[in-house]
Amino acid sequence: MVIYGVALLAGCMLVGLIIGDVLGQLLGISANLGGVGIAMLLLIFVTGYLKDRGKLPEATESGINFWNAMYIPIVVAMAASQNVAAAFSGGMVAIVAGVLAVALGLALVPVLTGKKGEDAQPLDPPASAAMPPSRATTSDRSAR
Amino acid sequence: MNDSIVSLVDKYHLIAAFAVVGLTMYVAYWLSRHLTAGRLHGSAIAIIIGLVLAYVGGVSTGGSKGLSDVTLFSGLGLMGGGMLRDLAIIATAYGVRFQEIKKAGLRGVIALFLGVLVSFVAGAVVAVGFGYTDPVDITTIAAGAVTYIVGPVTGATLGASSEVIALSIAAGLVKSILTMIATPATARLIGLDNPRSAMIFGGLIGTTSGVAAGLAATDARLVPYGAMTATFYTGLGILLAPTVLFLAVRALF
Repeated sequence: MVIYGVALLAGCMLVGLIIGDVLGQLLGISANLGGVGIAMLLLIFVTGYLKDRGKLPEATESGINFWNAMYIPIVVAMAASQNVAAAFSGGMVAIVAGVLAVALGLALVPVLTGKKGEDAQPLDPPASAAMPPSRATTSDRSAR
Repeated sequence: MNDSIVSLVDKYHLIAAFAVVGLTMYVAYWLSRHLTAGRLHGSAIAIIIGLVLAYVGGVSTGGSKGLSDVTLFSGLGLMGGGMLRDLAIIATAYGVRFQEIKKAGLRGVIALFLGVLVSFVAGAVVAVGFGYTDPVDITTIAAGAVTYIVGPVTGATLGASSEVIALSIAAGLVKSILTMIATPATARLIGLDNPRSAMIFGGLIGTTSGVAAGLAATDARLVPYGAMTATFYTGLGILLAPTVLFLAVRALF
């Protein structure tokens, strides 16, 4: 049943958040330390275990996949409820500090990624809508 | 008639939000296909439209939750709020191979510590550059450059003024919003096309909403890897900023 998948997802989330909360309390901070990340790992392990034993029927899977597919729309709703006005009225200190933090963070990504090994191979080009643009850009590059 | 429609939409706010976001996505993907020939990802356009609407909503209502402060669109706050966002982020982990995460694990952890440190130092340098000399003020603004949650938590712990705390929140918001826009634009340049660099990106930038939206606009399949590390970032920032990092700032100024 679809609800089994949704419940599994919800269960992983709650357990992960509880662990994250306990971790935060142990370190004496008023925040959840990695609860979402722990929940993600839990979901990977639990679904992997169930799948290996053939106990993850399609209906259950679709309960998880629905929320997976809702991710981008939810992010769009999140973007629409950001306090963008406050970000731009905060004054130059806030803007410069934010910009600098992002610029340095992005610049360090290739430094830490290092040489592309076997584990840093690009994902296969997406099969769906993104295909034509990626093909167009590769041909652009070879034309140059 | 008008009033009853408004109150109906208000009553069923989450349903209205689904419809509004669906329409936004449709417009965004249409623009992506017809105006940019697919070069600018539909989800990137949708996020930018969302941010513009948030700006308009914020300016017109004076509230703090963007477009969702407009009564008609209040459901956006629930749909895009922390609860459903985290549920959807966790769902993206379905189908991820643990091997990929293990291989980038150590680099991800290094990225986390480096990310908090670099953002903090960037914020501190800017604060000093703008003439702040009080260690509490400098630390609070610097913590805001980590994330918009670390900033106010640090400021409250250290007893910063509300004006400085507001500034630190603004710095974090700028970071988050800029990440949403700059990530798809620079992804190719910084090699953000594989699980390893996505995990490092999540650790270095860390602001959950920025990372979540930035990766969604770049390649949705990278989301679980980036989100995995980013989710530890705010906690780590709250752990380090008011303690070790504050002591370091106080030793210097």
